Amino acid sequence: MICAKADLHIHTFLSPCGNIGMTPLNIVAQAKAKGLQLIAVTDHNSTLQGPVVRQVCEREGIAVIYGAEITTREEVHCLAYVGSEEQRVELQHYLEKHLPHVPNNPDIFGYQLWVDEHEQVLGEAPYLLISAIDQGIEQVAAFVHSIEGLFVPAHIERSRNSLLSQLGFVPPGLPADALELSRYTNPVDFCSKNATLKKYRIIQSSDAHFPGDIGTAATSFLMEKTGFAGLKTALTSTHE
Amino acid sequence: MTVKEMAAALQLRVLAGEEGLEKQIAGGYTSDLLSDVMGYADAGMVWITLQTHKNIIAIASLKELSAVVLVKGFEPDADTVALAIQEQITLLGTTEQAFEFSGRLYRLLYP
Repeated sequence: MICAKADLHIHTFLSPCGNIGMTPLNIVAQAKAKGLQLIAVTDHNSTLQGPVVRQVCEREGIAVIYGAEITTREEVHCLAYVGSEEQRVELQHYLEKHLPHVPNNPDIFGYQLWVDEHEQVLGEAPYLLISAIDQGIEQVAAFVHSIEGLFVPAHIERSRNSLLSQLGFVPPGLPADALELSRYTNPVDFCSKNATLKKYRIIQSSDAHFPGDIGTAATSFLMEKTGFAGLKTALTSTHE
Repeated sequence: MTVKEMAAALQLRVLAGEEGLEKQIAGGYTSDLLSDVMGYADAGMVWITLQTHKNIIAIASLKELSAVVLVKGFEPDADTVALAIQEQITLLGTTEQAFEFSGRLYRLLYP
């Protein structure tokens, strides 16, 4: 077994709020410098920067998982992680189908560009990626599970766009594979104050928008092999 | 004023929970953040929201609100209706948006 240190919530320049320094090369260099063995790329409602980050990760010897930070109809931010390129494409189609066609205004929200390794622009997402999709949280969870992905409500304790801010409490029966805390909260304190959430796995990631944020919070997982399958086994095996 | 009188005066559609129509109304609260409603709404208020998730019923029950009004013609989720029936929370619908409906309810309650 390997103990893999993972930061599973990283935005790239594609997210309108992602800093211009969040290019594939910079992200991977920072992740390695911070001693991470596993990262996930989770842009708002898009997976399109994932494949280039994966290329760089493979070359640099660090594991990566495809993902997205989905805004549900209730405006709850939820992380979705998927295992393969085919599943990434399925997730991307789902997001494009359900994202409202509100044009982005880069002057206000920032650019939504994805780039190659050499920071040449590959494309621009036309619609505002931080909008809420037209699917409720349970529908999103069901879709993510239908493509064998992992569903993790993001930064649940934050006062904006979180499961607890939007919905007051964790809906009974929500099929979450884990709950994420932001880097601003001590997980031990949180768990002692929220005993009702004991049945969920709690993970913590950085929600990095700037290169320096990467690895400021991380979770270590025991895995046979560092990657999506290892994470899935670690999250879905019997939790005590 | 009862929920039933409000529903008649403001042409609301009863979506679920007719048992609660005789409850008295002690004011209104307009918010789409369930954590905010949990913290700040008072018993007897009518809650005006666009959220359709089943957690709205649990919070209405917990806070002893007199009714929930969904705005903009939004339909409740199926499990929201089921929970409203179980918890005997009256769920009403209007085609108006929150500003217009809140204004009309305010005028009705505080003429």
